[in-house]
Amino acid sequence: MSPNHIRAAGVAAALLLLAAPYALNSFSITLMNYIGVYALVAIGLALLTGVSGIVSFGQAAFVGIAAYATAWATAVNDYSPWIGLLLAIALTCSIAAFLGLVTLKLQGHFLSLSTLAWGLAIAFLFGNIDGLGHFNGIANIPPIAIGPFELLSGTQIYYLIWVIVIAALVLAYNLLDSRVGRAMRTLRGGNLLVESLGVDAFRIKLAVFVIAALLAAISGWLYAHLGRFVSPTPFEAKMGIEYLMMAMIGGSGSPIGAVVGAALITLLKDYVQDILPLIAGGASGQLEIVAFSFLFILFLQNARNGIVPYVTRFLPKSAEAPPAPATPLPRRQQPAPGTPLLEVQDAEKRFQGLIAVNKVNFEIRAGEIVGLIGPNGAGKSTMFNLITGALRATSGQIRFAGLDVTRSAQREASRAGIARTFQHVKLRPRMSVLDNVALGAYQRTGASFLSSALRLDRAEEASARYEAWQQLERVGLADKAFEQAGNLALGQQRVLEIARALASDPVLLVLDEPAAGLRRQEKIALAELLRSLRAQHLTILLVEHDMELVMNLVDRIVVMDFGTKICEGLPADVRNDPRVQEAYLGGVS
Amino acid sequence: MTLEIAAILGIDGVANGAIYILVAIGLVLIFTVTRVIFVPFGDIAAFTALTLAALENRQVPGTISLVIALAVIAALIEVVSLVRRGDLHAVPRALLFYLGLPLLVVALVRFGIGFELPMAARIALAILLVLPIAPLLDRIIFRPIADASVLLLLIVSVSLHFALSGLGLLFFGPEGVRTQPLTEAAFDVAGILISGQTILIVVTSVIFSIGLYLFFDYTLTGKALHATAVNRTGARLMGIRPARSGAIAYILGSLMAGTSGVLIAPVNTIFYDSGFLLGLKAFVGAIIGGLVGYPSTALGALFVGLLESFASFQSSALKEVIVFSLLIPILIWRSLASTHSEEDIEE
Repeated sequence: MSPNHIRAAGVAAALLLLAAPYALNSFSITLMNYIGVYALVAIGLALLTGVSGIVSFGQAAFVGIAAYATAWATAVNDYSPWIGLLLAIALTCSIAAFLGLVTLKLQGHFLSLSTLAWGLAIAFLFGNIDGLGHFNGIANIPPIAIGPFELLSGTQIYYLIWVIVIAALVLAYNLLDSRVGRAMRTLRGGNLLVESLGVDAFRIKLAVFVIAALLAAISGWLYAHLGRFVSPTPFEAKMGIEYLMMAMIGGSGSPIGAVVGAALITLLKDYVQDILPLIAGGASGQLEIVAFSFLFILFLQNARNGIVPYVTRFLPKSAEAPPAPATPLPRRQQPAPGTPLLEVQDAEKRFQGLIAVNKVNFEIRAGEIVGLIGPNGAGKSTMFNLITGALRATSGQIRFAGLDVTRSAQREASRAGIARTFQHVKLRPRMSVLDNVALGAYQRTGASFLSSALRLDRAEEASARYEAWQQLERVGLADKAFEQAGNLALGQQRVLEIARALASDPVLLVLDEPAAGLRRQEKIALAELLRSLRAQHLTILLVEHDMELVMNLVDRIVVMDFGTKICEGLPADVRNDPRVQEAYLGGVS
Repeated sequence: MTLEIAAILGIDGVANGAIYILVAIGLVLIFTVTRVIFVPFGDIAAFTALTLAALENRQVPGTISLVIALAVIAALIEVVSLVRRGDLHAVPRALLFYLGLPLLVVALVRFGIGFELPMAARIALAILLVLPIAPLLDRIIFRPIADASVLLLLIVSVSLHFALSGLGLLFFGPEGVRTQPLTEAAFDVAGILISGQTILIVVTSVIFSIGLYLFFDYTLTGKALHATAVNRTGARLMGIRPARSGAIAYILGSLMAGTSGVLIAPVNTIFYDSGFLLGLKAFVGAIIGGLVGYPSTALGALFVGLLESFASFQSSALKEVIVFSLLIPILIWRSLASTHSEEDIEE
């Protein structure tokens, strides 16, 4: 499907939505209204849970805060619903920002449990704060008015709701197709890669969290003025899991899927409400949640990826063309060959009693390839982590291009121009090869969430994609650019990591055992690639086990054993050094 | 707040805390062995209380239908999966465990209703009837996705709670129950009245904590469970079946949840949905303990009980808010204390 087809389908869907009130009865319109209201929350959750991997059980609480805020402003204090909207958004987003600041550092299920906790705590507040009607709720909420025109009937508010839903969809898709969207997708699967790319993972998480809360707030505002009544019940934990159902059934990470999921759940609920009283008589109200929960569990057991990804498999694939040439991204001034680039002075790292790196000194000059070798447990990886900022040195100093980076975090090291690869390849297997490489260009671009959502980032985005394409050509992977990265062979994945590192326009490339697990032919190709990079004046630090590769490739070698540097020099000298031979082969007496 | 009020609140808090200890230790046991954060655990406790109340009134408890339904479904699933694998010789054994034993329990309870039973027998029957629920749910709901991420299991678990509380309403009705007191004894300690019930609660929870500790450290089954908790694959290589360990964990856990239900029912009115808050508060306690160690879990649960007791003195309406808000700083402290390995995080 080409973008034109997608656009045409989108316009057709929008026209259908526009015409719907003329074809539907008032009950169906009411249903459509609630679908739209729920869909907003679900779109937020698709971004938060599906894309960024943050499972939240608490969105219903955000909807509730907004609904109560506008109810309090309009029904209790007689302000206009628009004031209600402002209050709802301001209150919800600031509470979300606070909760996010406090909890988003949590990992995995701890984070989700915290959403359950604050979701419950907030839900309990609604019924217990004086002035909010306790468990009777607040009635007589005025309708939304646009100028003198009051949105009283279902059909009138229908248009407002669905215009907002469509706008949210467009903005969400814009966001996903951008620099920050790529970073969001990278959040799933751990922080190590994200931070090494110069991405502030916490800030991205916080922004997505607040965006999801913003959508929930708008939904809550519409909810209050649609039903003209609020009470604590619709914002309890039960509804939180229903929102999660909507987002997950539609398809993890698909905003359209969220709308489909909202529609499906709402319609199903309505259907179940008609059917259950026939089966169960009086207890039907509770059976509804029983039926729903079991359906959801069945879904989670069997089809976790949801409907939309399933459907798109049957749609024709869009033809992917290489990105058009664009203005190149700004490049760094590379230091003159031979000038000192990285200086490690007395670096020491202790893990409690264990000294992993003990007063190590060495230096790397611009334009050379240095090999860091040593037997297992020599402290190479720790040294590597000290340089890239993944660990902080206990004492000593590491200077990079004149800057002290001893205390720098990974992303600061990355911004300073140190790019790394991983011993166990880290990439995002379900993103395309091109997108994976474009991640490398993250810190060379600057589009914000807002400008990405409004598509003001197009020129920069084109440059980033073109840069990624060029790096793929440089390493010889351009023909795989649109494949899923997870489908590449290990050797190609390692090369992809190098391309990603190159896309960040590094001064120093730090490679962690790039030849591990490669076949002979792949190793030769790798050595060839690294030589060509040196020819282009890139500085490379290589941590490697493979002696043949190291001896034939590098200019100088640093040897470590038991945390200390035992020797440094040209490959030939190092090979003949008795201390090295002893470290590798045991005592040569 | 005078010293006397503080003492009364303290005793109350310790009693609450002791209940939470039972549930929390069960939660931790199940979590470490199966990685499932078994949110419906509180429901099991509430169901025990409701069953006991029904037995006291010589009514047929709703639990019977629930257990029969679950046993039939679980047996069907197990048999189908065995037949598919071609393990025909394992079918009779599966039928015995998944259908025979639960139905035997049901029959026993049904038979027992016909007599005027002493309290101890009623309690035993109520707990016995509740025991199969969690292992059967494990077979139906969690075993097919045993290798999924903790997060997915959590979502399933939360959904399951809502399903169970809905079923609870269906089977037990909306009325709250309060069972007969276990003991009328009361002691006067330095002018403060301590009820025998409170002492019973504390003693039971201490016995269970110690028993569990001995079980893990001194029995082979306990060690197998512990091994599964530490490393599933490794345990499997040693010939330990994680599914079996899981079933044992669920039964042991249910025993504790059932006991807590019996202990709490004479003091608090229990509704079909009372389990949620009980489970979640126990859970807060379990998290304070880091979801790992049993002594630390007990301390955490005790802390929650005390906090709740003092919070309800300050503002009874907001005590839930206070308890759950507390979880957030605790989670933060916990996440700082525990280091996550990157390899655990899945995409």
